[in-house]
Amino acid sequence: MSTEPEGETRVVDAPLASPAATTGLFEVFRRRYLLRLLVRREISARYQGSFLGLFWSYLQPASRLAMYYFVIAVILDRNIENFAIHLFAGLVMVHFFTESFGAGTRSIVQNKAIVKKMAIPREMFPVASMLVSAYHVIPGMVLLSGFCVASGWRPDPMGLLAGLLGFVLVAVLGTALAVLFSAANVFFRDFSNVVQTLTQFTTFSVPMIYPYSMVDDRFGGHTTLYLLNPMADAVLLFQRAFWVGTTKNPEETISEDLPHHLFTWGIGQLAAALVLLVIAQYVFSKLENRIPERL
Amino acid sequence: MSESIVVENVQKEFKIRFHRTIKQMSVAAARGQELSQTFNALEDVSFAVEQGESIGLMGLNGSGKSTLLKLINGIMRPDQGKVLTRGRISGLIATGAGFHPQLSGRENIFLNAAVLGMSDAETRRKFDDIVEFADVGRHLDSAVGHYSSGMFSRLGFSVAIHVDCDIFLADEVLAVGDKPFKRKCLERMQEIRKSGRTLFYVSHAAGSVRKMCDRVLVLEKGRLTYDGPVGPGIKHLKYDDAKGSGSQTDEEQSDDELGNDI
Repeated sequence: MSTEPEGETRVVDAPLASPAATTGLFEVFRRRYLLRLLVRREISARYQGSFLGLFWSYLQPASRLAMYYFVIAVILDRNIENFAIHLFAGLVMVHFFTESFGAGTRSIVQNKAIVKKMAIPREMFPVASMLVSAYHVIPGMVLLSGFCVASGWRPDPMGLLAGLLGFVLVAVLGTALAVLFSAANVFFRDFSNVVQTLTQFTTFSVPMIYPYSMVDDRFGGHTTLYLLNPMADAVLLFQRAFWVGTTKNPEETISEDLPHHLFTWGIGQLAAALVLLVIAQYVFSKLENRIPERL
Repeated sequence: MSESIVVENVQKEFKIRFHRTIKQMSVAAARGQELSQTFNALEDVSFAVEQGESIGLMGLNGSGKSTLLKLINGIMRPDQGKVLTRGRISGLIATGAGFHPQLSGRENIFLNAAVLGMSDAETRRKFDDIVEFADVGRHLDSAVGHYSSGMFSRLGFSVAIHVDCDIFLADEVLAVGDKPFKRKCLERMQEIRKSGRTLFYVSHAAGSVRKMCDRVLVLEKGRLTYDGPVGPGIKHLKYDDAKGSGSQTDEEQSDDELGNDI
């Protein structure tokens, strides 16, 4: 082998620039191909080597539903119309949120092999976790729609709009929290425990195992504080989409079992979640420089 | 010629933390002990590399070589000064990054290639070459978790080396590769060098640096103490060695270990 270089010098048609990856959520969506592969990796790795495979993502929500249904409807004997759907609409949203939040928080630490070695936008990982969780909402939605149709569901456009708003709200909120906590978790692993504790509250702070009308009665109509919880609004929006259409008199259900101005609440919460996302991105980019050395 | 890598007055600071938990920290604080110390992994490092040059970066362990490489690769940013590069960067520093043990070799090739910045079309075009170079045979469709460590690193290596880059960085111990594979890798690196790409090679092995590079940088405790031709550079590195090594026989010996530092 010769020690003298041969051939011609390559002409590189690119500007002299900082090699550090341009970061930020926009960059994540510019590199969609990598994002898609990361999401696909998580999904296919999850059921790899399992005999039932994707069937598990139907079995898990169904068993959760059965458990809650047994406790609330059979043992506690709460009489809510179409309680299974009331409950399941909430479960789907709560599960989407806790998965995005929890897996998102762990995502950067879990992918440290890549983070420490390659300059790619690190927001990629919490975003991918959210998308994986969103993918796993599909089986729940299939089951939920099945139950609804079986109970004589009459979907209405406003309802579907409410469902969409609820879904987008949870997606944005979950992403914002995942971005924020994934960076924090690099510095102190305590944060994944904090998140676990927080997500436990979610189940009980939303009107799914109890109806909203009960909260309204208990607080004599002063439910502002309760509705400030974005997850409560998301669940109510989802119930507006699915559960309301299966009740005997949807008009009556809306006026008695849902808060007034539900859409105003939903849109307000979505705006707040977007603001939180901007803040999360700001904090993330502040912390990001120290991530590779602290992993 | 155009500049390929420009490093100007770069400083990178690290913090050593002596305590991890709140209990340890409060005990230490109560005793008036220091909680952390900062040190400079790199101090006032400046140099410029022209496109097509091949640089050997040498230095003792802990002299800041890897940190410098991470700054050039863009994983870390300097605390002071600036690092600029031209064109796409790849190299043997992220081999196997993003490999998922439960996915097949095929799936992992696509994923790893995407991490390294390749598009779907580019990966498809090079797929056969990658597979052939990695030489994993019929294991291509089984999970990489079941691969032998040699196969695992060959696959990672193969993807990295097929990225169409302008700057190639090499810093990884390839202890698991067998001799034929090491030879193949070195040949491939010579090819990369001859194709006019900038090669940035971190190594302790004087022999391979002599073969591969036309300029040497030496780091000592975070400072750049030598920048110039290869021969004197290798001597400079070993100036404090009592036995006065750097002799030809030593290098012949280290040639046997060639590739250990790739």
